[in-house]
Amino acid sequence: MDVVIQLADSSIRLATPLLLACLAGLYSERAGIFDIGLEGKMLAAAFTAAAVAAVTSSAWVGLIAGVMASVAFSLIHALASITLKGNQLISGVAINFLASGLTVLIGQNWFGQGGQTPQLSPDSRFLGIDLPLAETLGNIPGLGPIYQFVISDHNLIVYVAFAAVPLTWWILYRTRFGLRLRAVGENPGAVDTAGISVTSQRYAAVLICGVLCGISGAYLSTAMSAGFVRDMTAGKGFIALAALIFAKWRPWPALGACLLFGFLEALGIRYQEIDLGTLVIPVQFMQALPYILTVVILAGFVGKAVPPKAGGRPYVKER
Amino acid sequence: MNPQLPKWADLVLIPALNLLLAFLAAGLVVIFIGEDPVEAVHWLVVGALGSSYGLGFTFYYATTFIFTGLAVSIAFQAGLLNIGGEGQAAIGGIGVTLVCLALPWPHWTLALPFAILGAGLFGAAWAIIPGYLQAKRGSHIVITTIMFNFIASALVVYLLVNVLKVPGSMAPETRNFAPGTNLPFMHEMLGAIGITMTPTPMNFSAILAFLAAFGTWVLIWRTRLGYELRAFGHSEPAAVYGGIDPVRITVITMVISGAMAGMMALNVVMGFQHRLVLDFVGGAGFVGIAVALMGRSHPVGVVLAAILFGILYQGGAELAFEMPDISRDMIVVIQALVILFTGALENLVRAPVTRMFGRVRPRTT
Amino acid sequence: MNENAGIVSDLAIELVGISKSFGAVQANKDIHLPVRRGTIHGIVGENGAGKSTLMSILYGFYEADAGEIRIDGKPTAIRDSQAAIRAGIGMVHQHFMLVEPFTVLENVILGAENGALLRPALAKAHNELTRLAREYELQVDPDAVVGDLSVGFQQRVEILKALYRECDILILDEPTGVLTPAEADHLFRILQNLKSEGKTILMITHKLREIMAVTDEVSVMRRGEIVKTLETARTNPAELAELMVGRRVLLRVDKAPAKVGPVLLNVQDLDLVDRNGIGRLKSISFNVRAGEILGIAGVAGNGQSELLEVLAGIAPATSGAVSYQGTTLDIGRITSAEERRSCGIAHVPEDRHRRGLVMPFAEWENSCLGYHDEDRFKGPLRTLKRSAIRNLARECIERFDIRPPSCDLKTANFSGGNQQKIVLAREIEREPNVLLIGQPTRGVDIGAIEFIHKQIVALRDRGKAIILVSVELDEIQALSDRILVMFDGRISGERLASETDERDLGLLMAGIDPKHGEAA
Repeated sequence: MDVVIQLADSSIRLATPLLLACLAGLYSERAGIFDIGLEGKMLAAAFTAAAVAAVTSSAWVGLIAGVMASVAFSLIHALASITLKGNQLISGVAINFLASGLTVLIGQNWFGQGGQTPQLSPDSRFLGIDLPLAETLGNIPGLGPIYQFVISDHNLIVYVAFAAVPLTWWILYRTRFGLRLRAVGENPGAVDTAGISVTSQRYAAVLICGVLCGISGAYLSTAMSAGFVRDMTAGKGFIALAALIFAKWRPWPALGACLLFGFLEALGIRYQEIDLGTLVIPVQFMQALPYILTVVILAGFVGKAVPPKAGGRPYVKER
Repeated sequence: MNPQLPKWADLVLIPALNLLLAFLAAGLVVIFIGEDPVEAVHWLVVGALGSSYGLGFTFYYATTFIFTGLAVSIAFQAGLLNIGGEGQAAIGGIGVTLVCLALPWPHWTLALPFAILGAGLFGAAWAIIPGYLQAKRGSHIVITTIMFNFIASALVVYLLVNVLKVPGSMAPETRNFAPGTNLPFMHEMLGAIGITMTPTPMNFSAILAFLAAFGTWVLIWRTRLGYELRAFGHSEPAAVYGGIDPVRITVITMVISGAMAGMMALNVVMGFQHRLVLDFVGGAGFVGIAVALMGRSHPVGVVLAAILFGILYQGGAELAFEMPDISRDMIVVIQALVILFTGALENLVRAPVTRMFGRVRPRTT
Repeated sequence: MNENAGIVSDLAIELVGISKSFGAVQANKDIHLPVRRGTIHGIVGENGAGKSTLMSILYGFYEADAGEIRIDGKPTAIRDSQAAIRAGIGMVHQHFMLVEPFTVLENVILGAENGALLRPALAKAHNELTRLAREYELQVDPDAVVGDLSVGFQQRVEILKALYRECDILILDEPTGVLTPAEADHLFRILQNLKSEGKTILMITHKLREIMAVTDEVSVMRRGEIVKTLETARTNPAELAELMVGRRVLLRVDKAPAKVGPVLLNVQDLDLVDRNGIGRLKSISFNVRAGEILGIAGVAGNGQSELLEVLAGIAPATSGAVSYQGTTLDIGRITSAEERRSCGIAHVPEDRHRRGLVMPFAEWENSCLGYHDEDRFKGPLRTLKRSAIRNLARECIERFDIRPPSCDLKTANFSGGNQQKIVLAREIEREPNVLLIGQPTRGVDIGAIEFIHKQIVALRDRGKAIILVSVELDEIQALSDRILVMFDGRISGERLASETDERDLGLLMAGIDPKHGEAA
């Protein structure tokens, strides 16, 4: 039982950055801007948040700085893919390298610790919050420990990430902004002829993507761990992308996909290999599983992942 | 409607301007961290080109980048963006390793053809699945090749840790290959004809890389397959109309591209390290994207761009030594800026230049 | 400029001196166009005459280089679609501007949501749609997903979008191109209803019959200019056609009677169901003989394109059989183009930009597209023999008078007519036994049209079989020896060219066989 609860707990912790980045990608890609630069934006935010938190001793100032760094990268992506009608995929690749290089270069220059930021003290981090009555209810057998250890005692960003799922659903399907966002990803011509600016709608989506990636990155360095280390995202941005495809670009399934991938990661951390008697599953397989599953989904063997129709293409008025 | 650019502007002027912007931006980064960009360029150039030692390393890196750059270019000509060079190279390394470890090879000339085959087949095998899925099931090749990079990385770790590792050793690497598989180093070959050169990792693979570039040129611009590949890259409906099977051409293109990426292992694994080391690719697959973009997917351009990146890699290492505040990560930054300015932000330069030429010589139709 | 300033309030729209060019191409030249309120005003012209550009300017998609737009007599700047909507202009685009995964309601409110939340707008639109449906015969299920609707219904959604925004002026760009005749009739009833409510309608088309049937006034465009504006009641199709092409059209192509030989191609019970489960071809059977031109007429989208592609080996049929000189052809794949060519079936595709040519290639490279595996082009080591290809390209340039005469020029830089000649030269040069040819003169200037028609007839006279698909009835009538008419994926009738007329064919195109009463 303890093992299950611990696994569930760490799944949630590990799913949080994926979920934020996945929703970030969702806003961008539903608006027709492909983003394989989630990883880079997270990394930039993780570094900036940790560096600023270390200097100011404030997790909140760090978070804001991290979000701003991520948004700055988003603006580069928006400039390339919307204004200059460049290749969105190549722009994403460039952003990933830019973040990977700049974070370490600047980190080394500022702190001289091989690209790391100084260890953050607890008061410059986001720490767990005890939900009301966690201790009391924890004694109830069965559901009690689940409440105390799985649902309670996470930091604020975890709750923000999970709250972002219904919020995103509501924005997407119940508001004018969401209607226009989805429309611009399916048929920008329809949006343009309806008298709405395709450019500003897409910029807005990409900026939201930047904000969410920023929170995700800040979570990595100031909540989940206590400082930034070189390439600390370690592919999480791509797992988030995989989850987005897995979820077919919808918010609720995104939650499910991120929890699944978070769980796989938690398993991999806990067990070096899983012995099923005749079959031993190595940890590397668990690490690769999100990617394998995504390829299977993309191949259409299990359901079919169809991206937003206008995704990846700059909008050019047709004669 | 589409004003025409003179060929030289398209092939030389625009890439040069893009590159200039990328380096200006890199200079700003250097200034931002409080260093002198002019001094940095000085150390970079001296470090890369100022000695036979520097040159050897420069060309050693360039050799790798020619292979990965050609891999991306070939796919690009067929309209496919192969981001999977990294994974294909890693798997290609497994192929080379298996060949080298399989027999006590008496001489490298015997081992090399089989190693080429191993690198090519393994690299191709890793590219064929994304290619097939793209052609048959419409799975976006950019996403699948990214996923395959991660899968390859996990696979190589698994193999090195569980299968190929030297028993009893902790290091995730294979045992050394038999000396009979070691490709001759350039300083050895030059030494044989009386030219002395400081020992560097530059090896026989450099010659293979130039041959590969020439072969790619013949393939793309002179053969029927290259014709079909380019037709498909420009217009799939026109290719189908011309009797070209999109599935076949996509798969073949990816096979050649993957094989080319795998070849980089000849240089690194068989030519220099003489064993398989974890993470021997070290991002070279991604440098290939920058090289291909900068070289406009033409073999000549790819060779020039690969040499430039060789200079950056070697010079960057020296630079980090001379100016410790500019770490080697500066190379990654420059690489990113090159991809950004020559790829994604291309219209920043192209649009104004096109307008300028349009004004000077209006099209006559 | 405006002598009758007194009646200016009569005009819903007045365009004064509108000009627009794209690079070196002048799409609109000094356009003056008055449109009276409460009328249906037609604009006719050939493809490329500048109609769509003009309407795009009116709808704010492009900004004019010069000139003024007056709405209700007031000069109005229309810089974007939003300004057009504010000025009371609605537009139904040729390619519908709809979001397919959205419902009808969502499409209608897009851009007119009136608030940050959707719920009130959806409720309002629901009521409004019910009212509009009653008033104008515009029934559509408001909750249906637009992608699931037929084109006729999708068009209604487009009209509803405009009406929901309370437009007074409605622009329709080629509204009947994709409609069945019944749907087109329904559309015309809707337009009459709108007109009786005082709306002004501007309709672009190149179909003279529709102009005659539905408009009050008509303006003719040619080469970017308005050549004349007439009252519809005082003109006739012949006069309009003459104005459109700029000289009396010779619809007759000089040709001797056909000397018909043996059957070359036999098509049996061809069926094609697309991936959405919609039947595109339904039990198509026919023969083509050596020495005849078989014309296939029909409104665009009734299966002609699919038929041509199946025969050319680039679209798979679901069932049926095609035999050529007694041997059965593979019709199950999209990759049989090469086989077709090698046995003597050539194909000039409908869409030369997308299919027939690789635009960034040099002319000579296109001159062997599809034939690049022929022995005469084979060099050593699987290379192409460039000299052989270039010699042939030069020959074709001379024989087909392709201009400019340079085989190194990029294909995209040739004019439409010359591009079509490049394709035709490539396909005819091999003396194929069967030539499949689609829309041979679409977007081609008059001089080249005549040349291309002559080439087709000459090929027939050399004893070859030709299957000609065209949506231009005039072209079908002028060239064909025998005519098949397609409607809704079926062959709705067959006629000898000498024994039919436009009215007869028109009925067949609507799915009605006058000989057998109601059919299809």
